[in-house]
Amino acid sequence: MAQMQFWDALRRAYDEEMARDPMVITMGEDVGVAGGTYKATFGLYDTYGEERVIDTPISEGSFMGIATGASMLGVRPVVEIMSVNFAWLAMDQLFNSAAKIRYMSGGQLKCPVVVRSPGGTAHQLAAQHSARMEKVFMGIAGLRVVTPSNPKQAYGMLKAAIRCDDPVFINEHEAMYAMQGEVPDGEYFHPLEGSEVARPGRDITLFGYNISVHWCLAAAEELSKQGIEAEVVDLFALNPLDRAGIKASVSKTHRAIIVEEAEAPVGVGSEVMAIINEECFWQLDAPPARVSAVNTPIPYAANLEKMVIPTSADVVSKVLEVLGRG
Amino acid sequence: MKTELRLKMLRDMLFARRFEEQCYQDYQVRKIGGFLHLYPGQEACAHGVMAAARPGQDYVITGYRDHVHALVCGVPAKEVMAELYGKATGSSGGFGGSMHIFDAARHFMGGYALVGGPFPLAAGLAMALKMQGKEEIAICFLGDAANNQGTFHETLNMASVWKLPVLFVCENNLYGIGTSIQRSTAELDQWKRAAPYNIPAAWANGQDIEAVHDAATVAVNHVRETRTPYFLELKTYRFRGHSMSDGGAYRTRDEVDEWRKKDPIELLLARMIEAGEVTQEQYEAWDEEIMSEIEDEIVPFAEESPEPDPADLTRYVFVENDPYVHGGPKGGA
Repeated sequence: MAQMQFWDALRRAYDEEMARDPMVITMGEDVGVAGGTYKATFGLYDTYGEERVIDTPISEGSFMGIATGASMLGVRPVVEIMSVNFAWLAMDQLFNSAAKIRYMSGGQLKCPVVVRSPGGTAHQLAAQHSARMEKVFMGIAGLRVVTPSNPKQAYGMLKAAIRCDDPVFINEHEAMYAMQGEVPDGEYFHPLEGSEVARPGRDITLFGYNISVHWCLAAAEELSKQGIEAEVVDLFALNPLDRAGIKASVSKTHRAIIVEEAEAPVGVGSEVMAIINEECFWQLDAPPARVSAVNTPIPYAANLEKMVIPTSADVVSKVLEVLGRG
Repeated sequence: MKTELRLKMLRDMLFARRFEEQCYQDYQVRKIGGFLHLYPGQEACAHGVMAAARPGQDYVITGYRDHVHALVCGVPAKEVMAELYGKATGSSGGFGGSMHIFDAARHFMGGYALVGGPFPLAAGLAMALKMQGKEEIAICFLGDAANNQGTFHETLNMASVWKLPVLFVCENNLYGIGTSIQRSTAELDQWKRAAPYNIPAAWANGQDIEAVHDAATVAVNHVRETRTPYFLELKTYRFRGHSMSDGGAYRTRDEVDEWRKKDPIELLLARMIEAGEVTQEQYEAWDEEIMSEIEDEIVPFAEESPEPDPADLTRYVFVENDPYVHGGPKGGA
């Protein structure tokens, strides 16, 4: 196992897949000559050339469709959308074309297109560069959604997504590209469905994904000092969600909190709560709860931005409240 | 143009006309559901362009008025009709309907319901053909109203910058749903709108299939030989409404009647009778043959075919048993 930064784990996945298969290409704003906004495509332009590492004009609504069209004939495009906020412009082609072509053609065609895009709040980027949009993508039939919480997942998910025959959206985080972590030395494909127990526990389950897994782990560490053993479940796949994994953990701990960076309405937390109700309501010892962002566009001022986004301390408080110790 | 080709184009257009009229009738009695967009009036466009291309080999994509484009690419008419009837034997297995005819084997890459949506998909098909060193080209048929979407401008720009082998065919029927081009569009000549993207363009009378064929021959040859895009506008008209729910309040009866005098089938027939290439009797005999094929074979096939298997309801949402969903062929680390 080598220590690797998140961006470099992505770059390694690209490099291995592009070396293996000449039909793997990447396209997006500044992915080529400029080396990639977060360096995930750094160096690829020099190795694979402008025909396979394609700098696009700023036209998200259409380069998403061009990638989708190419994927119908066997190309394996990886589209990088510089910020998930810009992905709104690509949604028509992603939702109306990529996610539906296989179904509405009665299974004749497939669209193995991958879209990577970072969301989340990071250092006062303000309302139009801080969206957390996973809630929008995860509700679309025909579109797989995964969200890596560490470099190993980032590497293994990108490799699996490129090889998978379905369209896959990879939800990344602007503040996580420098994160260090262990990545297997050999080739590794991370599952695109399921969940992982990131820390076992018996008293309560904390469901996190992407950056909020780390808030959950920090909270669990703190709680353990108070004799509370929280289980942290990493929901790395958001569509489909891991019903069996959610049920298994809640059936063991009998209490659950969903921790998300996004605002609460119609989100990951809402959906996980619904699954808990459907799968294991009678196993519960307390009502499930959520730790979510305040429901606002993200403000610019540092103090206000900080108020909007949850912290591990908020998770600790919510756990104590659910356990009746608050 | 050779008599043989003119005869084929005449018969094929007549078949398309009768097929669409059958759809109209079957929709009235609710054997066909959803929205239905019919092609009468515009037949010379699809038939004239594809007579200059390679149907079944070149990759064709279009909007929701797609039945006839599918037929021209070689999709069996009974499979198109079965699709409209929502049957398992339909060209999309009953999963698509009128607006989503697909036939991957015949390189008919689909009808799409979002106006302007196929522009980038067509450029993507062309990108794949370029990467794979294929001889085929991509052909995108859309209406004039699609040119007011952002995808038109974005895609023409990228297709030009990246030198993609794609032919954009604009069937300008003067209306975007129920709004006249004169009330919605600053430049009435659609071919002029390709110029800012350095894409060569031309226009032809979309009611005259020989004019369409001539212009399309230049267009197709340009794309096939130079492997760069081309834009062809065909000035045409639809005799029926935008869809079956169209009340027609946006245009006058006189206007429709004027255009009906420019019926592409009548125009070619008159020319061929004058040249002694066909007689009215031969033409009427064809018409009877076509009507019996539709009534005795195509419609009964659609009627008698089974509905889609309920067990297949969720089958095509995701690819089944993809090993990479579960950690790769070895089952993950």
